Amino acid sequence: MIDASVLERVLGSALRTGGEFAEVFAEDRRSSSALLDDGRVEELTSGRDRGAGIRVVVGDTTGFAHTADLSEAGLIAAAEAAAAAARGGGGGVRTIALARQQRSRGYEIEIAPVEVPKARKVELLTRADEIARSTDAAISQVSVNYGDSLRRILVANSDGLLAEDETVRTFFAVSCVATGDTGMQTGRESIGHTIGFELFDRYDIDELARRAAGRAITKLAARPAPSGQMPVVIGSGGGGVLFHEACGHGLEADLVSKGASVFGGRVGQQVASRGVTVVDDGTMSREWGNIAIDDEGNPAQRNVLIEDGILTDYMWDQLRARKEGRASSGNGRRQSYQHLPMVRMTNTYLLAGTEEPEAIIASTEKGVYVKHLGGGQVNTATGDFVFGMTEAYLIENGEVTEPLREGNLIGNGPEVLQRIDALGNDFAMGPPGTCGKDGQGVPVGDGVPTLRVSSLTIGGTAA
Amino acid sequence: MNPAAVEPPDEECAALLATAQRVVSQARVGEQLEAFVARSSYTSVKAHAQEIESFTSATSAGVGVRVVRDHRQGFAWAGSLEPDVIEDALREARDNAGFAEPDAWVGLAEPDGVAPVPFDAFDPAVAALPADRKIELALELERMVLAGDPRITGVRVAGFSDSIGRFAVATSTGIVGSSRGAWCSMSALALAADGDETYTGAGSTVGFSPDSLDLDEAAADAVLRATRLFGARPAPSRRLSVLFEPRVAATIIGILGSSLTGDRVLKGRSPFADRVGERIATPALTLVDDPTDHRSYAADMFDGEGLACRRNELVVDGVLQGFLYDSATGRRADRPSTGSAVRGVSSTPGVGCQALAVLPGSGSFEELLADIDDGVYVQSMTGLHSGVNVVSGDISVGIEGLIIRDGALAEPVREVTIASSLQRMLLDTRMVGADVEWLPGGTACPSLVVDEVALSGS
Repeated sequence: MIDASVLERVLGSALRTGGEFAEVFAEDRRSSSALLDDGRVEELTSGRDRGAGIRVVVGDTTGFAHTADLSEAGLIAAAEAAAAAARGGGGGVRTIALARQQRSRGYEIEIAPVEVPKARKVELLTRADEIARSTDAAISQVSVNYGDSLRRILVANSDGLLAEDETVRTFFAVSCVATGDTGMQTGRESIGHTIGFELFDRYDIDELARRAAGRAITKLAARPAPSGQMPVVIGSGGGGVLFHEACGHGLEADLVSKGASVFGGRVGQQVASRGVTVVDDGTMSREWGNIAIDDEGNPAQRNVLIEDGILTDYMWDQLRARKEGRASSGNGRRQSYQHLPMVRMTNTYLLAGTEEPEAIIASTEKGVYVKHLGGGQVNTATGDFVFGMTEAYLIENGEVTEPLREGNLIGNGPEVLQRIDALGNDFAMGPPGTCGKDGQGVPVGDGVPTLRVSSLTIGGTAA
Repeated sequence: MNPAAVEPPDEECAALLATAQRVVSQARVGEQLEAFVARSSYTSVKAHAQEIESFTSATSAGVGVRVVRDHRQGFAWAGSLEPDVIEDALREARDNAGFAEPDAWVGLAEPDGVAPVPFDAFDPAVAALPADRKIELALELERMVLAGDPRITGVRVAGFSDSIGRFAVATSTGIVGSSRGAWCSMSALALAADGDETYTGAGSTVGFSPDSLDLDEAAADAVLRATRLFGARPAPSRRLSVLFEPRVAATIIGILGSSLTGDRVLKGRSPFADRVGERIATPALTLVDDPTDHRSYAADMFDGEGLACRRNELVVDGVLQGFLYDSATGRRADRPSTGSAVRGVSSTPGVGCQALAVLPGSGSFEELLADIDDGVYVQSMTGLHSGVNVVSGDISVGIEGLIIRDGALAEPVREVTIASSLQRMLLDTRMVGADVEWLPGGTACPSLVVDEVALSGS
């Protein structure tokens, strides 16, 4: 994207005011999307965004500037703006010699989406629309989204690192509305992987469309969710966001170091039930949160956060790790070249246990079975978190019975982790997610086996 | 007749408009062309522990090109105004149009004779503010929060930011519009700790000029919200009254507004689709969407398609008046556009609320409070994206706040949810306060008291 010699000169300019660390992050992103709604292919969109973000660090201060101008003059202007905001005591000339590092993600993209005719993408939309509508006469509306992106990044820093990566992601989603006597209900299903158009060889969009329609239809007969506390069984694959919120964010080193996490100072302590092992793994092949390198040029890693209930480590980015004199864990990510990196999750999941999922439900006298979760949100300072249930049922006498309307569940992370009293043997990754933090969104994955929390608060309206 | 009568407010807007018009001049016979061109610059200063954690400054620009041919629409965008990049976007948009399916109402806006209400919220003081002063302000806000209460142990972030934005839109159908704006804002997230409890509280202030920022209020707000929750725990589940303060009530009103947009209504995704002329809310509620009200931080002259912004009545005395439309949804509904197209560079226009305002009811915050026997005062909500279904209307969100007992604020509460449906909440609203606040997002809202909401806790 940019010559190494240019990068060396730009980094030199960035350090001229006495900066201790400088970095150039360049990005070239092409995206395409197609939308079918209301029975009609409405629109195809193509996007192109290219630019570089330059940061200069002095002590605790980071100066940052970004530009869409990737010429040497444009980059030097941005470097000078970043350096002006982070002035150190020294200054002078520092020579940077970059050494290129090769990182492989261990698998190949089979079909580059950019090579696929647009007509082929449109066919998928039409197909999913037909399948969803033919599922049931009560399906009153369908929208289908296709999206792909090709993101090339380059990171060069004053430590001499030079790393590049190219990431392809492909996404597909079906959203349905069902209308009945009780009003309208919705059902949505999505798939997304860090692969190319082979997504559609590997996954059946007919099945996806039927599941989305089925979810909306099921909820037409749903009763109001209960209010109050009861046992909750989370379905395999559908509920990874529970751990993303209950402990993931609280284990991000930037929040921990500011005293804004309930998990601060607890490494080595038992923070979850025995048997609970939580991992954040950027290397997980083809998953939505897969990265070869993070957005600071560090290789992706598999990081065990909680092992058999014991808190083992937090997640780290370059700046925070540098301060603590340790290595980054490969969790420095950013939405685009216009943003500063910070500690972010990749694919966060809970390892499987040994119990049969059916046995977990059968041993629950009265509770709620959440087959599919929506998003969630956490206050890391208190540990209180909510997550939505988009498909849930009552459990009565050990059996899954009536469907429930949507709502949030609320719990406290450290308490919920200690209340996990059953872990299934049926681990699965869930649908693709976008994690938001301080206004930046990044793609993340999550996964869980079937599990039970002995008590959670259900945010329904029924007594 | 043509909004073009309004000259660009400055040379930079004129340059953006010229860029848009150069694209549009390439329209072929039988083709409609629209270019939306925007440039913005911002600075952001974040303070932490009396150091500058980060200082960001940047300018970005982009173009979105929309092509309509034979009632088929195609779109492409790029984060650059380089001529070759714009040419690529035009070519891609043309190509994309060939794959859409046609419909009679698809098309660009056409001049409708509505004159824009002059507005130019552009105080040069925003751009002129020196970097050192921005740093001082961020550090000062952090100091004020830290000094606000002995239990304040830190500030996760205290920040100053400003942004200056300009856009221009032109079409081959005769639309010409451009406008500009400048804003600055400050915010702080306070951390308060006592024993093993830690709470956060947010405070913020926004203005069209640096002078109008109110640091005292932002700091006091952050401190109060973080410190009044000590000892909070879940309350017993029951039905009670909920007192939403203006900034929280505005979120509920925003959900209502989004369900009154033409796209949702026409495509069968609004629970209010066939209710025009009916009472959907308490007679105390009157709701308008009015970007011509210059008290709103979202006030503007033109919408995303270049039509004049206008005042639209949505609910009057509890009765639904109608919906918001852009050109395409308006044509489909056989209604004029309400000037409600919202967009950025990277998306086609969609129908949206711009500056929702609930007109003042009666009673101060204290008077509303005094009228509640068993209730909860909500200071913040979480889980909106997972707990609000705008199609069914179901609402279930986590809250933090204070219990209300016999007309007075009592013990703090956390780790509870409140749930109802949007349809029920509008009818169960017992009081609309007179304490209207103009909020950072551009919405104006007073406090609301809603009865019969299910609280779920211990």
